[in-house]
Amino acid sequence: MKTVISALMAGIIFGVGLALSGMVDPNKVINFLDVTGNWDPSLMFVLGGGVITTTLAYRFIFAQGKPLFDDDFHLPTLLKIDSKLLFGSILFGIGWGLIGYCPGPAVASIGFNPEEPLIVVVSMLAGMLVYRKIAKV
Amino acid sequence: MENFTPYTSLAGGILIGISASILMFLNGRIAGISGIVSGIFNNPTVSEKAWRIAFVAGLVGGAFAYAYFFPISIAPREHITTALLVAGGLIVGVGTAMGGGCTSGHGICGMSRFSLRSITATMAFLASGIVTVYVVNLLAGASA
Repeated sequence: MKTVISALMAGIIFGVGLALSGMVDPNKVINFLDVTGNWDPSLMFVLGGGVITTTLAYRFIFAQGKPLFDDDFHLPTLLKIDSKLLFGSILFGIGWGLIGYCPGPAVASIGFNPEEPLIVVVSMLAGMLVYRKIAKV
Repeated sequence: MENFTPYTSLAGGILIGISASILMFLNGRIAGISGIVSGIFNNPTVSEKAWRIAFVAGLVGGAFAYAYFFPISIAPREHITTALLVAGGLIVGVGTAMGGGCTSGHGICGMSRFSLRSITATMAFLASGIVTVYVVNLLAGASA
């Protein structure tokens, strides 16, 4: 129960952060990626603010040895940079650039601006499940 | 530069960082949205599903509450068809599943752990996103 309440709290803060940052506006996302046109660098500040805050906090958190409500940190065990990482990330960027939605903003927008995000999220889930079926992961 | 919002974007980014920090400090989990969402469907245990569903509920609720108090207006996008949304969503889904993360998992959490995989992934999706928008604009210009 504790992990459910903490996840709910973290989710709410994440959702408010995405809305405040402007990332829930796909036009803004596309303008950010449009470096040779009407470039809007705002999303560099989202990434920067997120990475600086998290980097500082993670140093303290990992020094604790374990999380408060679990026995271990659940961190990715893969270390190798392989073709799946590269090809998958390139694919993701293509989809992101085409529609202006990455997973976080697409899911977060379902409550207040559902029209496009619902289609995106359902298709995204289908893509994830199909990949997992084919790759058997 | 259009509609540049450095302060609210920085503040939003810091909130996202605080969220990622809470989830790691309390639950020991990476705040990667693609992984959290897909994990709802491919995890057999109830407790694994439960925290993920709670996070997603919070994510939707948090953005909804913000938009309730500070309405967000999004300019209509006539050139974005349903077919394009489906195709884009599918590509995002396959890509994040194959690449093991998205803007939050790799871009925020992974980079904050100095993970070489995540730094590589972030450079890759930023680069391909930029090229994609460039090509789309080029084609739109050519057909206009």
